[in-house]
Amino acid sequence: MADNLKLEVVSPAKLLLSEDVTAVTVPGREGNFTVMGDHAPVMSVLRPGFVHVEGGAEEWIYVGGGFAEVANEAVTVLAEDARKVSDFSKAEIEEAIATAQKEADAAESIEDKDAAQLIVDSFKNLLTEVDHMGPAVVTGM
Amino acid sequence: MPSLKDLKNRISSVKSTQKITRAMQMVAAAKLRRAQEAAEAARPFAERMDTVLTGLGLAYKDRSDAPRLLAGTGKDDLHLLIVATADRGLCGGFNSSIARKARDHANDLIKQGKTVKIITVGKKGNDILKRLFKSNIVDAISLREVKQVGYANAQEIGQKVLAMFEAGEFDVATLFYSKFKSVISQEPTAQQLIPAKFEESAADAEALAYEYEPSEEAILDDLLPRNVSVQIFRALLENGAGEMGAKMTAMDNATRNAGEMIDKLTLNYNRQRQAQITKELIEIISGAEAL
Repeated sequence: MADNLKLEVVSPAKLLLSEDVTAVTVPGREGNFTVMGDHAPVMSVLRPGFVHVEGGAEEWIYVGGGFAEVANEAVTVLAEDARKVSDFSKAEIEEAIATAQKEADAAESIEDKDAAQLIVDSFKNLLTEVDHMGPAVVTGM
Repeated sequence: MPSLKDLKNRISSVKSTQKITRAMQMVAAAKLRRAQEAAEAARPFAERMDTVLTGLGLAYKDRSDAPRLLAGTGKDDLHLLIVATADRGLCGGFNSSIARKARDHANDLIKQGKTVKIITVGKKGNDILKRLFKSNIVDAISLREVKQVGYANAQEIGQKVLAMFEAGEFDVATLFYSKFKSVISQEPTAQQLIPAKFEESAADAEALAYEYEPSEEAILDDLLPRNVSVQIFRALLENGAGEMGAKMTAMDNATRNAGEMIDKLTLNYNRQRQAQITKELIEIISGAEAL
């Protein structure tokens, strides 16, 4: 079994991340899924959420929707809005919470509302982490 | 015949013009590098998008349940031309060559009896096209205030276009922009956005059996609108790099022309100065001889 996956996170502005990892969790529209080596080829639409990278550098990346492609021992995440969580400053997180909350309030269907609320919660978690120990771990995606 | 003083004034004015054009050339060169980097950084995303869409798109092209963004509305009576140009002039034929391409296309369509609507992105294209197609321009977008074109700008335009499509305001959308080939060569290009077009040759390379989540249709539905924005974004970046390239060349020419003019004027100036000295000498000598 192949241990390593090649992960690429690409946004329209730049290639955000390109490295070998052991596992990566992606926020698929139908639910999060984790990809490890020898995964079957999958193409999935993403909802806004966080990509969690394990092995190599542990990393959390915020993606604002997009899609992921798994093929040939490689994961490609194409996200319109992608940023490393460690690049967010506190003020920016607060702003992101405010926008996400607005979206949650404006959402019409229950599913949309849930999805948006999840983002609000993730950002709030992120904020507490930043407050306590710097941007390292975010829980409760 | 201009006097010595006139010549002197003209030389100094051309000299200061030359200084300005030289500075503009250097600014364009610096901006060009940044614009080129931005265009290169955006390439992986667009390329990936292309491969995924081409595979899916070709499989779906002939099916009856293909999304409208892919199959079109079944008519081609209403055409939308999205003309992307720069917001500033002083870059040679850059803007006018894009506008010319769009104009020819629009004239062709009008001759065939189709309805043409135009959205201009960038002020210069609007300036040129509104002289000819004033009633056809439905929207003019200016990115003048935007320092660095971001994906959000393209998305905004893309959403506008998609909303128009949903409302049935056009059947075919074509994007006009300038492809950045090199610093000295930009190629005005027309690209059909809606219905989406794919190159057949690129398709058969990847024939992996993907599992699609949620489903092929859902992914296609999701990707096609995004693709519109991505293509517009790419066009804007290519334009940005092209504009700077064209400006650099234009300003380089202007600087050289100013140099030539200064040489010519200086020669003229010196000739006249000598002629005047000779004239004064002759006056003195003939005055002395008369005594």
